[in-house]
Amino acid sequence: MDNHNNIHSLEAKFEAKIDSEIKIEPKDWMPESYRKTLIRQISQHAHSEVVGMLPEGNWILRAPSLRRKVALLAKVQDEAGHGLYLYSAAETLGISREELYQQLLTGKAKYSSIFNYPTLSWADIGAIGWLVDGAAIMNQVMLTRTSYGPYARAMVRICKEESFHQRQGYEILISLSRGNAEQKKMLQDAMDRWWWPALMMFGPHDSASTHSEQSIKWKIKRKSNDELRQDFIDATVLQANYLGVNIPDPKLKWNEERGHYDFGDIDWEEFWNVVNGNGPCNKQRIKDRKKAYEGGEWVREAAMAHAEKRAKRKEEKVA
Amino acid sequence: MDKKEWPLWEIFIRSKSGLSHKHAGSLHAADAEMAIEHARDVYTRRNEGVSIWVVKSSEVIASDPEDEYMFESAKTKIYRHPTFYDIPEEVGHM
Ligand SMILES: [Fe+2]
Ligand SMILES: [Fe+2]
Repeated sequence: MDNHNNIHSLEAKFEAKIDSEIKIEPKDWMPESYRKTLIRQISQHAHSEVVGMLPEGNWILRAPSLRRKVALLAKVQDEAGHGLYLYSAAETLGISREELYQQLLTGKAKYSSIFNYPTLSWADIGAIGWLVDGAAIMNQVMLTRTSYGPYARAMVRICKEESFHQRQGYEILISLSRGNAEQKKMLQDAMDRWWWPALMMFGPHDSASTHSEQSIKWKIKRKSNDELRQDFIDATVLQANYLGVNIPDPKLKWNEERGHYDFGDIDWEEFWNVVNGNGPCNKQRIKDRKKAYEGGEWVREAAMAHAEKRAKRKEEKVA
Repeated sequence: MDKKEWPLWEIFIRSKSGLSHKHAGSLHAADAEMAIEHARDVYTRRNEGVSIWVVKSSEVIASDPEDEYMFESAKTKIYRHPTFYDIPEEVGHM
């Protein structure tokens, strides 16, 4: 068999696996573009988990009670774990952890633009849990069925942990909704600021999304951006009504015929502006990540030196 | 960059006594002790384990997924399964 034929038969085998719902595993042959797409998507996802700790970390020391503080601390710790699961999944595709970090720190890799918005009040912590984790869950539940094995397994683990994130956020907001006028105002203000950015988390419209079609063909994604966004809105309106909070979209209306909510236009100019680095916190987020990375450098080196010393001592004992 | 990165470890967790260790994921650590501590912190935060094994990823030897014949011979040997044999129903469960 010549090389040309060989590639074709490998490709055919790969596609047959995708068609019959057999997961692709790290050592299996895969098209270079499938590998690249996965590295881009999984690392972007990992960076989002890690950068996502920053806006919430901002409130750990100011949580209004011990109950809220332990919950927030546990949630932020989970997000660090999510970052780890995803970095590990990306590494199975042949890219190193160091390279992944560098891509984030140099701005070569993106992360979810939602984390470029500031957390101005305690209500924002509730809104993030409810809306941001809620939107992430929509996406991640779909990804438990993604075609790449390590990514799917990471997602199963993550989804098990996410549910508490959304619940603790919603519970914060229930408290505020039963509070005084000022607390209710805080709740509405958070809703007004987080609603649209949360909808943007699903990415551009299907018609404008560059990678979508191929990703669905490869079963990396199972639903399109617009489908997921609609699912999210349909699931969230009732929860907003229970809180007695107003969704800041005058066009939001149940459409009997479609069996879905209609909603207003998303401000895509704002979306691209934030994606391209000009959101309220983009610079701060990368600055904080760099500080953590550089500040941790001596710890990483010292741990390695200590491990080497210990290994040597063991060797000497044996000899 | 000549800085040494922490090596990668594969993590196996026994969820409770009586069950075998199962692959949970992987992580970087300077040595085995640290790998166990990190594994505890990321993989057993909700009581998912009573025992942890760590194995350096570079020490894992795997079969070749491109070797089509590796698992071929077992496929045709249906006589290795109990259902291959006819036992009258009157005999009861066997
Ligand atoms: Fe997460
Ligand atoms: Fe989360």
